Amino acid sequence: MSESLAITKLSDLANPTRFLGLASRVLPWLSAVTAILFAAGLYLSFAGEGDYQQGLTVRIMYVHVPAAWLSMMCYTVMALSAIGTLVWRHPLADVAHKTAAPLGAAFTLIALATGSLWGKPMWGTWWVWDARLTSVFVLFLMYLGLIALNRAMDDPGKAARLCAILILVGFVNIPIIKFSVDWWNTLHQPASVIRMGGSSIDGSFLRPLLVMALAFTMLFFTLHIAAMRNEIWRRRVSAQRRMAARMAGDKPGLTTEMST
Amino acid sequence: MSHTFYIAMSYGIAGLVSLCLIGWVWLDGRARRRELAQLEAAGIRRRSATSPAPEGGKA
Repeated sequence: MSESLAITKLSDLANPTRFLGLASRVLPWLSAVTAILFAAGLYLSFAGEGDYQQGLTVRIMYVHVPAAWLSMMCYTVMALSAIGTLVWRHPLADVAHKTAAPLGAAFTLIALATGSLWGKPMWGTWWVWDARLTSVFVLFLMYLGLIALNRAMDDPGKAARLCAILILVGFVNIPIIKFSVDWWNTLHQPASVIRMGGSSIDGSFLRPLLVMALAFTMLFFTLHIAAMRNEIWRRRVSAQRRMAARMAGDKPGLTTEMST
Repeated sequence: MSHTFYIAMSYGIAGLVSLCLIGWVWLDGRARRRELAQLEAAGIRRRSATSPAPEGGKA
């Protein structure tokens, strides 16, 4: 009895109209929390001293690492949504993975650009085709491909199912990115925060890094909820336009009325 | 080039891309809201929005 009640409540929450109501309530709070976290994170990033080897370039880590984490987290969110599309055929799942793709592409672009800008003074080169850099570049191309595919098809349901299959196939790249530094000999350093035996980074660098990571994560969820709300509105606009066109076809006088 | 250049460029690119994302989502939302308002002004509403029973109301 209580289980069916929980399922009913969950499906109520996943209803697009209820989602819109929830989004309008939580978005101002999420935006405020994101702004506060960024203010705190940026203050901590620039208040700290430089590393004894890297000097002040260690500050690039506070934008590069959170963006790299988010590039993978965003794809994981898309993979979970893809399961929602293929298993439950839930319309909100389609909306979720469609709107997450441009956000993931943007965070991956930040990770690639800042990584390159960190690599030049530290490694002496902007780019190498090592396993970590190449797999992240492949992730960026996958995001672009999914965006293009989703927009190339007129039927949103068909586009969502096709994209969901591709997202799940492409998910194989996420563990490759994560473990590439362990499986292959790379110029990129191995994991130093999320690793067995705990973080190897000093607390004075770890604190601003974690605050910035939290800020970027909140930015992602704020933008994702807002973009999902926009997509639901977009689908409502096209549905209402189709309805208007049908009504205009049924009643010839309505065309003139609507055009005014 | 000094280390300051690489740091400034990194934060600049991260800030610019983030601001572009925020701007895109905000402008997209504003455009969709305007379209929905125009449709409503033309008397075109969703079937569920015109249904007489209020949401969550007593049957």
